[in-house]
Amino acid sequence: MADNGDEDSEYRIKVGDCVVLKRGDIFKAMQIQLGKKVIFEKQWIFLDKTVGQLYSTTFDIVSGGNLLPQKPKNADDASDAKEAGTDNRNIVDDGKSQKLTRDDIETLKEQGLKGQEIIQQLIDNSSTFRDKTEYAQDKYIKKKKKKYENTVTILKPSCRILAMMYHGREPGKICHLRYDTLAQMLTLGNVHAGSKVLVFETCAGLVLGSVMERMGGHGSVVQMYPGGGPVRAGMESFGFPAHFHDTLHEFPICHVNALLAGTLDTTGKHSSAVEKQSDKDKEKEQNQPEAEQAGEQQDGPEDPNMETVTAEEARVEKEKKEKEKRKEAKAQEKRMKLAAAVAQLEGRNADGLIIASRFHPSSVVMGLLKFLAPSRPFVIYSQYKEALIECFTKLKEHGGTVNVRLTDTWLRHYQVLPNRTHPLLLMSGGGGYLLSGTTVATDTAKPSGSQRVEEPAAKRQKLTDTEG
Amino acid sequence: MSFVEYSDVIQDGDVAIVYLGIDSTMPIKVQKGAQTQTRYGVIRHSTDLIGQRYGSKVTCSKGGWVHVLHPTPELWTVSLPHRTQILYTTDIATITMMLELKPGSVVCESGTGSGSLSHAILRTIAPTGHLHTVEFHQQRAEKVAEEFKEHRVDHLVTVRNQDVCKDGFGVTGVADAVFLDIPSPWEAVRHAKTALKRQAGGRVCSFSPCIEQVQKTCQALMDQGFEELSSVEVLLRVHDVRVVSMPLPDFGPDPSAPPGPDSRGEAPNHASIALKTTTPPREIPGHTGYLTFATKPRT
Repeated sequence: MADNGDEDSEYRIKVGDCVVLKRGDIFKAMQIQLGKKVIFEKQWIFLDKTVGQLYSTTFDIVSGGNLLPQKPKNADDASDAKEAGTDNRNIVDDGKSQKLTRDDIETLKEQGLKGQEIIQQLIDNSSTFRDKTEYAQDKYIKKKKKKYENTVTILKPSCRILAMMYHGREPGKICHLRYDTLAQMLTLGNVHAGSKVLVFETCAGLVLGSVMERMGGHGSVVQMYPGGGPVRAGMESFGFPAHFHDTLHEFPICHVNALLAGTLDTTGKHSSAVEKQSDKDKEKEQNQPEAEQAGEQQDGPEDPNMETVTAEEARVEKEKKEKEKRKEAKAQEKRMKLAAAVAQLEGRNADGLIIASRFHPSSVVMGLLKFLAPSRPFVIYSQYKEALIECFTKLKEHGGTVNVRLTDTWLRHYQVLPNRTHPLLLMSGGGGYLLSGTTVATDTAKPSGSQRVEEPAAKRQKLTDTEG
Repeated sequence: MSFVEYSDVIQDGDVAIVYLGIDSTMPIKVQKGAQTQTRYGVIRHSTDLIGQRYGSKVTCSKGGWVHVLHPTPELWTVSLPHRTQILYTTDIATITMMLELKPGSVVCESGTGSGSLSHAILRTIAPTGHLHTVEFHQQRAEKVAEEFKEHRVDHLVTVRNQDVCKDGFGVTGVADAVFLDIPSPWEAVRHAKTALKRQAGGRVCSFSPCIEQVQKTCQALMDQGFEELSSVEVLLRVHDVRVVSMPLPDFGPDPSAPPGPDSRGEAPNHASIALKTTTPPREIPGHTGYLTFATKPRT
């Protein structure tokens, strides 16, 4: 963190930066690329003009989708003539209060009028505006602003912003993990610089990125991933500096059993064969057209125009070889990555475990908890409570954990305005559930019966008894 | 042991958390030759603790046993000696994320109180960040400074004994975030603005139990040019996991049921269905405080 020195440049937008566009409560993450047309809220814009400006600047969208930094706000918006009614006894909804037609408004827009000016026109042409109460006028202006004001704010990405963005835009991709729930996870997991954290998530990489932000590039993160490879789109939106990525490791969850049994071979042929298999699966989809082409070629030799076919074949052969080479290099790299991750896991001394996935959590936690040192926190997220109830029971049966709690949080937003303070009408129905706890050393020598009677957690005692 | 760094083995001078049960923990200062009384008997530090791994089971004199845990801000929050009302983990988690705290952040806080939030902030901003915390009560300020030292985080924090509403945070233009938990936060809003970074702006949060305080604070924030005002409340629900058994009513003999050897033996009076479920605790904390967040615009 270079706090002193060139303080200024750190806060300016640069080409290649990952940023978040914001209008109202709508967010969108993207990268600053010159000359690239991007779509935001049904509008095409160019981000070129934002380069060199400070983060958190609000821009007006002007003709051609260019952005113009907004001038410092003029304190009093619109309606300076404070004329307002006291109640709505004489306001009739006849649908004729607005004298501008839809076409008129379209014309105003085409003339390139600014949002502010259109709103003023709407106010001037509303026959009932003056009769509305001060509060109703306020509400009217706010509503129109939302519709006609053409601005975009460029923000620096952060866990707060990206978590809110994903929850608002694509909750399905992050298993409906609400941002306050994610906040609880990071805190209950005691995620901090210098620790070694295991992450298993299917939340588009958002949880992984949040963990990495809290680690600040100190310590290490091992991402345990299902399927062919780790998903990291959400993490990449954070725009972490390169050295953060040096602390990130990945380990395929399909090798956990082998690793625990000590049969995982990271150098020899065995693992590379497995890797190749998963590689093949992955490439199958990508190379569908090519494969079909190759199939056609095989039918080829019977054809009359043999020569062209052999030329084609040679080309295909060459391509194949090159592909083989690339594949080999890739496999080599993958083996090295695997070995590095194994090195992180082998000591079974990780400092934390964060799980947030669409998979049933029971088997995941029972498998991964073995990699944790004693007296370390773990947090499991699930969209459904029932899955965590089962998980809770399993953990109690198995032992080796204390302080296990099943929780969820409610988040209520408030409108705070003079004489109009109240909770917002809508609140999120559910942000998922958490199961958290702390690992402890498992007994090697079982304590004698007399000692167990006085054991503090009586409930757990019962369960272990029935199990044993 | 440190609140910002894990270690494996308990050493002389550490602070360890004795875990007695789900709602029962106690912090102890580990000292050679010292003893600690628990309801399961005595723990002798020299033999039972020093040299043991964190997370070990310690057998006490009466034969009962406890687990000794590595301190974390969350365990500290539920076991610390209260000198004031404190903030709990649910609010702390929300504050930490919404203030965008991370390693390297510079944070201003007032009042320090019992240091519940302070420890969580220090954990998050270590190893390169700094906390400037202001507490106007002299004894509390001294006590918390002593605790920071014991917990080996004193290099990350400056405690100032002054009135934040009058004298501010004692720093200018350095903070990424400001947190206020004082009776009249609106009187400290302008000091918050001064403390925050000029170019980058920053985030501010105020915790107040009463809505009137929130209204005054929001007005002050708007007057000072803060943006993105948002007031929220976060409530924690803890679910007790249990198996419940729901009896089935006896409808009497069913004449339409096919007569068989099995159905005759069934005793209808013990028919019930076991159900794995959760029950809410009888009483839950329904309100802690409103959290008001805002952004200081760049200038």
